[in-house]
Amino acid sequence: MDSGVVGAEAVAPTALAAPPYLVIAQVAKSFGTFAALHRVSLSITQGEFVVFLGPSGCGKTTLLRAIAGLDPPTTGSITQGGRDITGLPPEQRDFGIVFQSYALFPNLSVADNIGYGLRGPGWNRARIAARVAELLTTVGLPEQAAKYPAQLSGGQQQRVALARALANEPGLLLLDEPLSALDAIVRINLRQELRSVQRRLGVTTIMVTHDQEEAMSVSDRIVVMSQGRIEQVGTPEEIYRRPASPFVAGFVGRSAHFAARVDTPANTLVTPDGLRLEARGLAHLLYGTGVEVFIRPEDVRIGPEAAAMRHQPGVVTHIEFMGALSRVSLEVGRLRLDADVPAGMVASLGAAVGATLPAALPPEALMVFPTDA
Amino acid sequence: MPSASLPASLIPAQRIVRPRLSRAAWIMRAGQWLALIALALTLLLPMAVLLSRAFSNQAGDFVWLVNFATYVTTPALFTAAWNSVWTAALTTLLVIPLAFGYAYALTRSRMPAKGLFRAAMLIPVLAPSLLPALALITLFGNQGLLRGALFGYPLYGPVGVIMAQVFACFPHAALILTVALGTADGRLYEAASSLKAHPLRVFLTVTLPQARYGLVSAAIVVLTLVMTDFGIPKVIGGQFPVLATDVYKQVVGALDFNMGAVVGIVLLLPAIAAFLIDRWAQRQREATMSGRAVAYTPKRHRMRDGLCLLHCLVVAGVLLGLTGVAIWGSLVTFWPYNLTLTAANYAFDSFDPAGWGAVWNSVKLATLVAIIGAPLVFTMAWLLERGPQGGPIPPLLRLAATLPLAIPGLVLGLAYILFFNHPANPLEYFYGGLAILVANSLVHFYTVGHLTAVTAIRQLDPEFEAVGASLRVPVFVTFGRVTVPICLPAILDIAVYLFVNAMTTVSAVIFLYGPDTKLAAIAVVHMDEGGQGSAAAAMACTILAITSAVKLVHVAMGGVVNRATQAWRKR
Repeated sequence: MDSGVVGAEAVAPTALAAPPYLVIAQVAKSFGTFAALHRVSLSITQGEFVVFLGPSGCGKTTLLRAIAGLDPPTTGSITQGGRDITGLPPEQRDFGIVFQSYALFPNLSVADNIGYGLRGPGWNRARIAARVAELLTTVGLPEQAAKYPAQLSGGQQQRVALARALANEPGLLLLDEPLSALDAIVRINLRQELRSVQRRLGVTTIMVTHDQEEAMSVSDRIVVMSQGRIEQVGTPEEIYRRPASPFVAGFVGRSAHFAARVDTPANTLVTPDGLRLEARGLAHLLYGTGVEVFIRPEDVRIGPEAAAMRHQPGVVTHIEFMGALSRVSLEVGRLRLDADVPAGMVASLGAAVGATLPAALPPEALMVFPTDA
Repeated sequence: MPSASLPASLIPAQRIVRPRLSRAAWIMRAGQWLALIALALTLLLPMAVLLSRAFSNQAGDFVWLVNFATYVTTPALFTAAWNSVWTAALTTLLVIPLAFGYAYALTRSRMPAKGLFRAAMLIPVLAPSLLPALALITLFGNQGLLRGALFGYPLYGPVGVIMAQVFACFPHAALILTVALGTADGRLYEAASSLKAHPLRVFLTVTLPQARYGLVSAAIVVLTLVMTDFGIPKVIGGQFPVLATDVYKQVVGALDFNMGAVVGIVLLLPAIAAFLIDRWAQRQREATMSGRAVAYTPKRHRMRDGLCLLHCLVVAGVLLGLTGVAIWGSLVTFWPYNLTLTAANYAFDSFDPAGWGAVWNSVKLATLVAIIGAPLVFTMAWLLERGPQGGPIPPLLRLAATLPLAIPGLVLGLAYILFFNHPANPLEYFYGGLAILVANSLVHFYTVGHLTAVTAIRQLDPEFEAVGASLRVPVFVTFGRVTVPICLPAILDIAVYLFVNAMTTVSAVIFLYGPDTKLAAIAVVHMDEGGQGSAAAAMACTILAITSAVKLVHVAMGGVVNRATQAWRKR
């Protein structure tokens, strides 16, 4: 039964034929009466970059700490490289970790921080120095070895923390919101570097974040979590294009959403104020089933393009300039929709606050979830 | 979820995970156990014996509340309780405004020489509380220079007690209030001035509310200090009975240990109440300061700065003046008839059988307490903060570590005689030796050191140990390479705190010293009892000289230690 569940979760397009490296089976964690994780199962392949994404309190950090052994789970099992590590203390596991605070030792130099775990037989002074220099180059910080952490910028500290976590060549790299303490621009640069270092070293990596853009830009697969449960596991594109639940549709990417009911003929929806919309793939839903419908701003069509399709009149209420795109807010009947259009086209579409435009919701772009199933 | 619809019997049984502790975690758990056993032997058991004695008669039979009934119906004893309460209350009312003004001047003005005033404020901490009492006797006593200045009120009694207590308690209140006023959020003042609030209104609506828990803490600390202090009422109280001197009289005078235990418990009650209120105030205070606060920098304001300077000059003048009088009194040939200066009063061997030996005993004790205590207190705080947290041990240990603050020294000392002097106790061997004095002083002053250590450790990133563990570095290596070096200034503070207090305390050790282990502060009491006021003052000044020297070495060493271990703090 366990393996069946695991197998089902493991069937993802990017999963290789190789046996999974990390298997999380039925892992639950409760603090007193509060259940932080509800029987979560997941497998991760060697070399994968997986992101746990979710709002704060969804259990993503709890799951990461369970994998690290910092807060072992209450029930379930975790296997890494074929070894059951569920109840092992962190010292007996094989991972490197970077915390949100970096937790650099402030009284040790950058070199001493990175070389902190390089001890025991075989690690003589020269070999440690060579390894530290190699790691500093890997993370793009040569010539900073003698400085103390307080003398570095936030981004540099983050790199040192990464180098320290990688020093022992761990089988698993755990990143707990590693970028969230940084400025927006540094964050974007660093996440690409993080990704390229990970690719180069081929280390299996799990990152926890609440930033969906960050999750999509770096990961092979995203695990979307909410209220202690896994909502969906998939590639960034799957998560974005084919969300498995209303939560995922609402949390990942922007979307407008509204309630509707299934009507006749097949694949027809009707909103409470009588607007009839065409959708796809609803044949299995009974007449009268209540549904929640999501649509992304880039899928809403307005202007001449919409006029060529089945459309409704929409009144423009607001236009937000966002650089390359502009977001046009419309009211179609009682529906409030956003439509992203290239900024240069706003005027040619005739979009101005108060103007009425044809607006269309393409059937294949509607993401429909039954509300009472 | 497919399993949701399955019958319960088909859902796989959940394997309960039994987390395995690492070897380091086992060792830390064992350390916590050891700490708890040590505190049980040196704190909890003696206190339990004290309690049981309060409910027993001389023959050792359990007599319920008979002793307490006797206590309440003996007017002389009851008067002492009332005297303790009102002198403590009056002292508090006098000290708090003085200390608040001083702390305000140090933190919220631009007056000059703040460093000097900060140093002057600490003098009473370094001196035994007997020193101001002796200085006051020199000035206002039966043969004092200014005995007319008290309008006929006798110095020996409440007047002298309160005057000396104000001196002794001032730095404790001022320190707490300096911290409370020092952590102001500058943004609140900018908001207030942008709303055009009058300075008085800013003071009443921003400054005072921010300091209110500090004020509560300071008042509670002063109340407790006065209620539980033994030295001052002993030396300057005359026939004025208070709780602390009553415990001593019952035990040393009447040899009635049971009644002594009863008075001890009466003394313990307000101390515990004060302790609980103070803990509440501390928690409230922590919550008032958010991490985003911007430090407040006072702007120049001629009138306010002038008044602040005046206040500090007067207060520091009195502190230094009284200390100076004590020193002068110790150097005078025969007070007040022959004022020629002499060092004869420092020839302690001619006044007290222990002589200079008492000074060396004190230094030995204080050094041992500091050298053993500082590493021990810090390690135990670390085991508690960063060791395994599950189970009943950590909360018990936390309670045991904070308890000593609520126990007056005299009560602890009494508990020690009752426990260690009990014929059935295998540890009786220690009674009268140096070891029991070291253990007693360590326990007596444990809490402040513990809280200092906990504060320092909590400032460290909570993930240091986790990072170490992920790199498979034993937690003890992280302790030695990271935790201790970063916290070295705090450890040094603890050592000096323990040293100074072990040098100056009277109350905890007065029941415990033996013929070979008489301490300097006790010699002060004895010489004063024997009518050798000048020699007593000389001994008190000797103690002050030693503690001051250690404090100076601490400041100097602090610089060296900082350069060696805290270089990383520089940006």
